[in-house]
Amino acid sequence: MKRTVPFLIASIAGFVLIFAYFIPYAEGWGESVSIWFDVLAAIAFILGGGNLLKVHIKKISKQEAGWAYSGITVAAFAITLFVGLTKLGAHPNAQFPDASHWTGQYREVGTSFWWIYQYAFVPLTATIFSLLAFYVASAAFRAFRARNTEAILLLGTAVIILLGRTFAGVYLTGWLPDEVAGLRIENLTVDIMRVFNTAGNRAIMIGIALGTASVSLKILLGVDRSYLGSGDD
Amino acid sequence: MYDLLRNLDRRWIFLLMLLAVAIPILLQSQFPEKPTGLAKAVFDEIEQLEEGDRVLLAFDFDPASAGELGPMATIFSYHCAKKKLKMYYMALWPVGPQMIDDSINNVIKKEFPEMVYGEDYVNLGFKSGGEGVIKVILTDIRKLFTTDGYGTQIDEIPMMQGVENIRQMDLIANVSAGSAGTKEWVQYAITPYPDDLRIVAGCTGVQAPLLYPYIPNQLPGLLGAIKGAAEYEELVVSTYGDSDLPGIYSEARRRMGPQLIAHMLMIALIVVGNIIYFMERKKGVS
Repeated sequence: MKRTVPFLIASIAGFVLIFAYFIPYAEGWGESVSIWFDVLAAIAFILGGGNLLKVHIKKISKQEAGWAYSGITVAAFAITLFVGLTKLGAHPNAQFPDASHWTGQYREVGTSFWWIYQYAFVPLTATIFSLLAFYVASAAFRAFRARNTEAILLLGTAVIILLGRTFAGVYLTGWLPDEVAGLRIENLTVDIMRVFNTAGNRAIMIGIALGTASVSLKILLGVDRSYLGSGDD
Repeated sequence: MYDLLRNLDRRWIFLLMLLAVAIPILLQSQFPEKPTGLAKAVFDEIEQLEEGDRVLLAFDFDPASAGELGPMATIFSYHCAKKKLKMYYMALWPVGPQMIDDSINNVIKKEFPEMVYGEDYVNLGFKSGGEGVIKVILTDIRKLFTTDGYGTQIDEIPMMQGVENIRQMDLIANVSAGSAGTKEWVQYAITPYPDDLRIVAGCTGVQAPLLYPYIPNQLPGLLGAIKGAAEYEELVVSTYGDSDLPGIYSEARRRMGPQLIAHMLMIALIVVGNIIYFMERKKGVS
C-alpha cells in the first residue's frame, strides 16, 4: 500500500500530462495536475524545513563532529522563520493605516527580516559564490596541463574564451583586416560557442532527452519503482 | 625559481587573485565594449516593441549570482521603462522578489517616478513549482497568481485587466541563474507556443553554453554573464542614457575591469603551470 498508492498517483499524473500535450480535450486535466505539482512544491518547503531540523537536531543531540555548526544552522533557521512569520518591524499597509503591522510586508525596508536578508544572507551568499574565483585560479595553476592532444585543444579553447570575454581580445587582434575578421579573438569566441559548443551540447541534450523519455516510461509503467524507496521505513 | 613555483603555496595564488580583482575595482578601470550579435539581438527585441506593449520580466536569480546578473536586471528594467512598456515582474526563485524590489526601488522609483504601480508595472512575486508554474500561467494566470507580490487582489490591479495568461505578453525577458530559469521558459513556454511568445534572456557564465543550442529560433537573444550585460548596457546607455546617469547603469561595464585582469591572471597561471609541467617532464619527475 505504501508503494502502490504513490506509484498510482505518479503514473496517473504522468499519463495525464502526456495526453494533455497531444489531446486538446485533456488540456484542462494537464493544468490541474500542474497545479497539484505547484501545491506540492510549496509543501516541499515545509518538508525541507522539517528535514533540516531533523538532521541537525539529531547531530546536536549526539554531539557529533561539527555539532556547533548545526546549532548555528538551527538557530539561524528559527530566527529567520520567526521574524518572517511575525513580520517584526513591518509597518501597517498604506491602505489600512490603522491596522496592525500584520498587514505590512515581511520584506519591506526596515523589518527584521529585511535586516537579516540585507546584512547576513546577501553578503554570505555573495561571498560563497565569489570564493569560486580563488579556487578556479588555484585549479588552473595545478591541474590545467597540456598532457595530450585533447588537453591541448581544451587549453587552447579556454585561452581564446578567456581573452575573448574581455577587452583583451579586441585589443590583441582588433588590427586584423576585415578580410580575416573571423580570426579576431572576439569572433573566434563567438564561433567556438556557436558552432563547437552548440554541436556538442545538442548531442548531449538529445541523449539526455532520450534517456529521460526512457526512464520516465519505466517509472510510469511501474518497471522502475526505485524512486519510491524500499518501503521498509 | 623552478622550485619556488613548483612548491608555490596556493595562498599566494589567492592573494594574486584578490589583487587582480581589487585593484581594478579601486582604480575604477573601464574598457570600451563592442556589442556582439547576441547582445544586439536582445536590444533589438525590446526596441521593436511599441509603447504600452506588455513585457514579462522573470527574475529567476538570488543574491549569490546578483554580482553577475544584477546589472542585467537593472538595465532590462531601465530599457523597458524608457520604452514605456507595461512591465510584469515575477520570480520562480524564492528570493526573486527581493531582486525585483531592487530593480523597482533603484530604477523605476528613482529614474521614472511618474510611473504608477499597477498601471505601468506590477510585481507578481514568487510562486513555487518552477516549470509547473510556467505551464499553468500559459493558459490561466489567475489560477496561481490570485494576488500580486504585496497581497493586492489581482483583479484590483488596472494593468491586469484583460490579461488572462502570459501568452498575451509581447516579450519575456528572463534573468536566470539556473533551474528554474531560461531553459524551462524556453522548453515549457516558447517551444509549445512559438507563434505567440518570444523570449530574450540573461544568464550566468556557466549556464550560457547550455543555452546556445536554443539560439536563434527558440531564444533570439542571450546575454552571457557580465560580458553580455556590459555589451547590452553599452547599447542601452548609448541610445537612451543621459550624461548624469547614476553609477548603477555602468555597473556591468565597471565589472569588466576586474574580469580582464582576473582572466589575464588565469592565463598567466595556466602558462606558468605548464612551464613547470614541461620542466618536470624534462627532468623525469613524475
